[in-house]
Amino acid sequence: MKNATELPMTDDGYKSWVPLLDLATREVFEMMLGSQLRAPETEAEIPLDVTSMVGLAGQLCGILSVRCTRKLAALMASKMLGTDPDTAGPEIPDACGEICNMVAGNFKNKISGLSDGCMLSVPTVVTGSDYQMRSLSDYPALEVRLELEGMPIIVSLEIHS
Amino acid sequence: MNSVRALIVDDSSVMRKLVERGLKQAGIMLDEVLEAGNGAEALAILQESKVDIVLCDINMPVMDGLEFVKQLASVEKAKGVPVVMITTEGSESHVVQALTSGARGYIRKPFSAAQIRERIVPILSGQA
Repeated sequence: MKNATELPMTDDGYKSWVPLLDLATREVFEMMLGSQLRAPETEAEIPLDVTSMVGLAGQLCGILSVRCTRKLAALMASKMLGTDPDTAGPEIPDACGEICNMVAGNFKNKISGLSDGCMLSVPTVVTGSDYQMRSLSDYPALEVRLELEGMPIIVSLEIHS
Repeated sequence: MNSVRALIVDDSSVMRKLVERGLKQAGIMLDEVLEAGNGAEALAILQESKVDIVLCDINMPVMDGLEFVKQLASVEKAKGVPVVMITTEGSESHVVQALTSGARGYIRKPFSAAQIRERIVPILSGQA
Protein backbone atom coordinates (compact mmCIF):
# COMPACT_ATOMS: atom_id res chain seq x y z
CA MET A 1 0.00 0.00 0.00
CA LYS A 2 1.32 3.45 -0.93
CA ASN A 3 1.42 6.21 1.65
CA ALA A 4 -0.06 9.59 0.77
CA THR A 5 2.37 11.33 3.08
CA GLU A 6 4.86 10.43 0.37
CA LEU A 7 2.93 11.72 -2.66
CA PRO A 8 5.13 11.01 -5.70
CA MET A 9 5.02 14.61 -7.09
CA THR A 10 6.69 13.47 -10.31
CA ASP A 11 5.32 12.10 -13.60
CA ASP A 12 7.06 8.77 -13.08
CA GLY A 13 6.05 8.65 -9.43
CA TYR A 14 2.37 9.10 -10.21
CA LYS A 15 2.64 6.50 -12.98
CA SER A 16 3.30 3.97 -10.22
CA TRP A 17 -0.37 4.49 -9.21
CA VAL A 18 -1.66 3.12 -12.53
CA PRO A 19 -1.81 -0.51 -11.29
CA LEU A 20 -3.83 0.68 -8.27
CA LEU A 21 -6.24 2.55 -10.55
CA ASP A 22 -6.54 -0.58 -12.69
CA LEU A 23 -7.20 -2.77 -9.62
CA ALA A 24 -9.68 -0.29 -8.13
CA THR A 25 -11.67 -0.30 -11.38
CA ARG A 26 -11.65 -4.07 -11.81
CA GLU A 27 -12.80 -4.58 -8.21
CA VAL A 28 -15.79 -2.28 -8.65
CA PHE A 29 -16.92 -4.14 -11.76
CA GLU A 30 -16.37 -7.55 -10.19
CA MET A 31 -18.14 -6.79 -6.92
CA MET A 32 -20.96 -4.53 -8.07
CA LEU A 33 -21.66 -5.75 -11.62
CA GLY A 34 -20.39 -9.33 -11.40
CA SER A 35 -18.30 -8.61 -14.49
CA GLN A 36 -14.65 -9.16 -15.32
CA LEU A 37 -12.94 -6.34 -17.16
CA ARG A 38 -10.19 -7.31 -19.58
CA ALA A 39 -7.27 -5.53 -21.18
CA PRO A 40 -8.30 -4.50 -24.70
CA GLU A 41 -7.00 -6.64 -27.54
CA THR A 42 -6.97 -3.73 -29.96
CA GLU A 43 -6.68 0.03 -29.55
CA ALA A 44 -9.52 0.89 -31.95
CA GLU A 45 -10.66 4.49 -31.59
CA ILE A 46 -14.39 4.41 -30.87
CA PRO A 47 -16.19 7.61 -29.85
CA LEU A 48 -16.90 7.34 -26.14
CA ASP A 49 -20.05 9.36 -25.57
CA VAL A 50 -20.70 8.91 -21.86
CA THR A 51 -18.25 10.56 -19.47
CA SER A 52 -18.64 10.33 -15.69
CA MET A 53 -16.47 12.52 -13.50
CA VAL A 54 -15.72 12.81 -9.79
CA GLY A 55 -13.56 15.57 -8.36
CA LEU A 56 -10.91 14.95 -5.71
CA ALA A 57 -9.89 17.65 -3.26
CA GLY A 58 -7.50 17.75 -0.33
CA GLN A 59 -4.11 16.08 -0.20
CA LEU A 60 -4.72 14.95 -3.75
CA CYS A 61 -6.62 17.25 -6.11
CA GLY A 62 -7.85 16.27 -9.53
CA ILE A 63 -10.57 14.64 -11.56
CA LEU A 64 -11.23 10.97 -12.06
CA SER A 65 -13.24 10.16 -15.15
CA VAL A 66 -14.75 7.00 -16.57
CA ARG A 67 -15.57 7.07 -20.30
CA CYS A 68 -17.49 4.52 -22.32
CA THR A 69 -19.99 4.19 -25.14
CA ARG A 70 -23.71 4.69 -24.60
CA LYS A 71 -24.20 0.99 -25.33
CA LEU A 72 -21.76 -0.01 -22.59
CA ALA A 73 -23.31 2.52 -20.19
CA ALA A 74 -26.69 0.85 -20.75
CA LEU A 75 -25.13 -2.57 -20.21
CA MET A 76 -23.50 -1.42 -16.95
CA ALA A 77 -26.80 0.01 -15.69
CA SER A 78 -28.63 -3.16 -16.61
CA LYS A 79 -26.08 -5.29 -14.79
CA MET A 80 -26.42 -3.14 -11.68
CA LEU A 81 -30.22 -3.26 -11.80
CA GLY A 82 -30.59 -6.83 -13.02
CA THR A 83 -32.64 -5.71 -16.01
CA ASP A 84 -32.45 -5.91 -19.81
CA PRO A 85 -29.95 -3.42 -21.38
CA ASP A 86 -32.63 -2.37 -23.89
CA THR A 87 -34.88 -1.14 -21.09
CA ALA A 88 -32.19 0.90 -19.28
CA GLY A 89 -32.96 4.60 -19.64
CA PRO A 90 -33.09 7.20 -16.90
CA GLU A 91 -30.96 5.03 -14.63
CA ILE A 92 -27.94 5.16 -16.96
CA PRO A 93 -26.43 8.45 -15.67
CA ASP A 94 -27.10 7.40 -12.07
CA ALA A 95 -25.37 4.04 -12.67
CA CYS A 96 -22.37 5.61 -14.46
CA GLY A 97 -21.98 8.27 -11.77
CA GLU A 98 -22.05 5.66 -9.02
CA ILE A 99 -19.46 3.52 -10.80
CA CYS A 100 -17.16 6.52 -11.16
CA ASN A 101 -17.71 7.43 -7.50
CA MET A 102 -16.87 3.91 -6.36
CA VAL A 103 -13.76 3.70 -8.54
CA ALA A 104 -12.54 7.02 -7.11
CA GLY A 105 -13.31 5.95 -3.54
CA ASN A 106 -11.80 2.52 -3.96
CA PHE A 107 -8.68 4.01 -5.54
CA LYS A 108 -8.06 6.54 -2.77
CA ASN A 109 -8.74 3.90 -0.11
CA LYS A 110 -5.86 1.88 -1.57
CA ILE A 111 -3.39 4.67 -0.84
CA SER A 112 -2.67 4.79 2.85
CA GLY A 113 -3.29 8.22 4.33
CA LEU A 114 -5.19 9.47 1.29
CA SER A 115 -8.49 8.05 2.43
CA ASP A 116 -8.75 10.59 5.25
CA GLY A 117 -7.02 13.42 3.42
CA CYS A 118 -8.99 13.49 0.19
CA MET A 119 -12.67 14.22 -0.34
CA LEU A 120 -14.80 13.26 -3.33
CA SER A 121 -17.32 15.46 -5.10
CA VAL A 122 -20.73 14.24 -6.21
CA PRO A 123 -20.46 12.66 -9.67
CA THR A 124 -21.19 14.52 -12.90
CA VAL A 125 -22.18 12.66 -16.06
CA VAL A 126 -21.80 14.20 -19.52
CA THR A 127 -23.27 12.59 -22.64
CA GLY A 128 -22.08 13.27 -26.18
CA SER A 129 -18.57 13.23 -27.60
CA ASP A 130 -18.29 16.52 -29.44
CA TYR A 131 -16.47 18.43 -26.74
CA GLN A 132 -12.97 19.10 -25.46
CA MET A 133 -12.09 18.95 -21.80
CA ARG A 134 -9.27 21.05 -20.42
CA SER A 135 -8.13 20.32 -16.92
CA LEU A 136 -5.60 22.39 -14.99
CA SER A 137 -3.64 19.26 -14.24
CA ASP A 138 0.05 19.47 -13.51
CA TYR A 139 0.93 15.96 -14.59
CA PRO A 140 0.07 13.76 -17.56
CA ALA A 141 -3.19 11.91 -16.91
CA LEU A 142 -2.95 8.42 -15.50
CA GLU A 143 -4.97 6.23 -17.81
CA VAL A 144 -6.29 2.69 -17.64
CA ARG A 145 -7.82 1.15 -20.78
CA LEU A 146 -10.03 -1.86 -20.27
CA GLU A 147 -12.98 -3.49 -21.97
CA LEU A 148 -16.21 -5.19 -21.03
CA GLU A 149 -17.79 -7.58 -23.52
CA GLY A 150 -15.59 -6.13 -26.25
CA MET A 151 -16.56 -2.52 -25.53
CA PRO A 152 -13.90 -0.07 -24.35
CA ILE A 153 -13.84 1.74 -21.04
CA ILE A 154 -11.21 4.33 -20.18
CA VAL A 155 -10.50 5.45 -16.63
CA SER A 156 -8.37 8.60 -16.28
CA LEU A 157 -7.00 10.44 -13.29
CA GLU A 158 -5.89 14.02 -13.93
CA ILE A 159 -3.81 15.29 -11.02
CA HIS A 160 -3.59 18.90 -9.98
CA SER A 161 -1.00 19.31 -7.26
CA MET B 1 -32.81 -15.87 11.38
CA ASN B 2 -36.32 -14.77 10.37
CA SER B 3 -37.03 -12.76 7.25
CA VAL B 4 -36.42 -9.07 7.82
CA ARG B 5 -37.86 -5.69 6.92
CA ALA B 6 -35.04 -3.45 5.72
CA LEU B 7 -34.90 0.27 5.00
CA ILE B 8 -32.29 1.24 2.40
CA VAL B 9 -31.32 4.91 2.35
CA ASP B 10 -29.32 6.23 -0.61
CA ASP B 11 -29.83 9.10 -3.04
CA SER B 12 -29.01 6.76 -5.91
CA SER B 13 -31.87 4.44 -6.89
CA VAL B 14 -29.33 2.19 -8.60
CA MET B 15 -27.36 1.84 -5.37
CA ARG B 16 -30.53 1.05 -3.44
CA LYS B 17 -31.17 -1.84 -5.84
CA LEU B 18 -27.56 -3.00 -5.51
CA VAL B 19 -27.78 -3.02 -1.72
CA GLU B 20 -31.03 -4.99 -1.88
CA ARG B 21 -29.41 -7.50 -4.23
CA GLY B 22 -26.37 -7.67 -1.93
CA LEU B 23 -28.63 -8.57 1.02
CA LYS B 24 -30.29 -11.33 -0.99
CA GLN B 25 -26.94 -12.66 -2.21
CA ALA B 26 -25.75 -12.67 1.39
CA GLY B 27 -28.56 -15.10 2.18
CA ILE B 28 -30.65 -12.62 4.15
CA MET B 29 -34.34 -13.31 3.63
CA LEU B 30 -36.21 -10.10 3.00
CA ASP B 31 -39.80 -9.74 4.07
CA GLU B 32 -40.02 -6.19 2.74
CA VAL B 33 -37.62 -3.51 1.52
CA LEU B 34 -38.45 0.15 2.06
CA GLU B 35 -36.46 2.86 0.28
CA ALA B 36 -35.58 6.48 1.05
CA GLY B 37 -33.54 8.99 -0.94
CA ASN B 38 -32.11 10.85 2.05
CA GLY B 39 -32.06 10.94 5.85
CA ALA B 40 -35.16 13.12 6.17
CA GLU B 41 -37.23 10.73 4.05
CA ALA B 42 -35.91 7.83 6.12
CA LEU B 43 -36.94 9.50 9.39
CA ALA B 44 -40.44 10.07 8.00
CA ILE B 45 -40.72 6.40 7.03
CA LEU B 46 -39.50 5.25 10.44
CA GLN B 47 -42.13 7.33 12.20
CA GLU B 48 -44.76 5.21 10.43
CA SER B 49 -43.14 1.84 9.81
CA LYS B 50 -41.17 -0.62 11.89
CA VAL B 51 -38.07 -2.14 10.33
CA ASP B 52 -35.42 -4.58 11.53
CA ILE B 53 -32.39 -2.84 10.04
CA VAL B 54 -31.44 0.37 8.22
CA LEU B 55 -28.68 0.45 5.60
CA CYS B 56 -27.66 4.02 4.98
CA ASP B 57 -25.32 5.98 2.71
CA ILE B 58 -23.41 8.91 4.24
CA ASN B 59 -23.17 11.53 1.48
CA MET B 60 -26.73 12.49 0.58
CA PRO B 61 -28.56 15.74 -0.12
CA VAL B 62 -31.12 17.25 2.31
CA MET B 63 -29.95 15.19 5.29
CA ASP B 64 -26.78 13.09 5.26
CA GLY B 65 -26.33 9.72 6.89
CA LEU B 66 -24.49 10.95 9.98
CA GLU B 67 -27.19 13.51 10.79
CA PHE B 68 -29.84 10.85 10.17
CA VAL B 69 -28.26 8.51 12.73
CA LYS B 70 -28.10 11.32 15.30
CA GLN B 71 -31.77 12.27 14.77
CA LEU B 72 -32.89 8.65 14.75
CA ALA B 73 -32.45 8.52 18.53
CA SER B 74 -35.45 10.83 18.89
CA VAL B 75 -37.77 8.59 16.86
CA GLU B 76 -39.59 6.49 19.46
CA LYS B 77 -40.69 3.79 17.00
CA ALA B 78 -37.13 3.30 15.77
CA LYS B 79 -35.46 2.88 19.16
CA GLY B 80 -32.94 0.06 19.01
CA VAL B 81 -33.13 -0.35 15.23
CA PRO B 82 -29.57 -1.01 14.06
CA VAL B 83 -28.11 1.24 11.36
CA VAL B 84 -25.26 0.10 9.12
CA MET B 85 -23.56 2.73 7.01
CA ILE B 86 -22.74 1.76 3.41
CA THR B 87 -20.58 4.35 1.72
CA THR B 88 -17.72 5.09 -0.63
CA GLU B 89 -16.05 7.21 2.03
CA GLY B 90 -13.92 4.64 3.79
CA SER B 91 -11.69 6.90 5.83
CA GLU B 92 -10.99 6.15 9.46
CA SER B 93 -12.49 9.49 10.51
CA HIS B 94 -15.75 8.65 8.70
CA VAL B 95 -15.90 5.25 10.39
CA VAL B 96 -15.31 6.81 13.81
CA GLN B 97 -17.88 9.55 13.11
CA ALA B 98 -20.46 7.01 12.01
CA LEU B 99 -19.94 4.72 14.97
CA THR B 100 -19.93 7.54 17.52
CA SER B 101 -23.10 8.93 15.94
CA GLY B 102 -24.82 5.65 16.72
CA ALA B 103 -24.27 3.40 13.69
CA ARG B 104 -23.72 -0.26 14.49
CA GLY B 105 -21.56 -1.08 11.52
CA TYR B 106 -19.82 0.18 8.43
CA ILE B 107 -19.46 -1.27 4.92
CA ARG B 108 -17.39 0.26 2.14
CA LYS B 109 -18.56 0.42 -1.46
CA PRO B 110 -17.77 -1.59 -3.50
CA PHE B 111 -18.94 -4.48 -1.35
CA SER B 112 -19.25 -8.22 -1.77
CA ALA B 113 -22.07 -10.45 -0.54
CA ALA B 114 -19.56 -12.00 1.86
CA GLN B 115 -18.83 -8.60 3.41
CA ILE B 116 -22.53 -7.92 3.85
CA ARG B 117 -23.04 -11.34 5.44
CA GLU B 118 -20.07 -10.83 7.77
CA ARG B 119 -21.23 -7.41 8.97
CA ILE B 120 -25.02 -7.68 8.95
CA VAL B 121 -25.92 -11.25 9.92
CA PRO B 122 -24.37 -10.92 13.43
CA ILE B 123 -26.31 -7.69 13.97
CA LEU B 124 -29.60 -9.25 12.87
CA SER B 125 -28.88 -12.32 14.96
CA GLY B 126 -28.24 -10.19 18.02
CA GLN B 127 -24.62 -11.29 18.17
CA ALA B 128 -23.12 -7.87 17.55
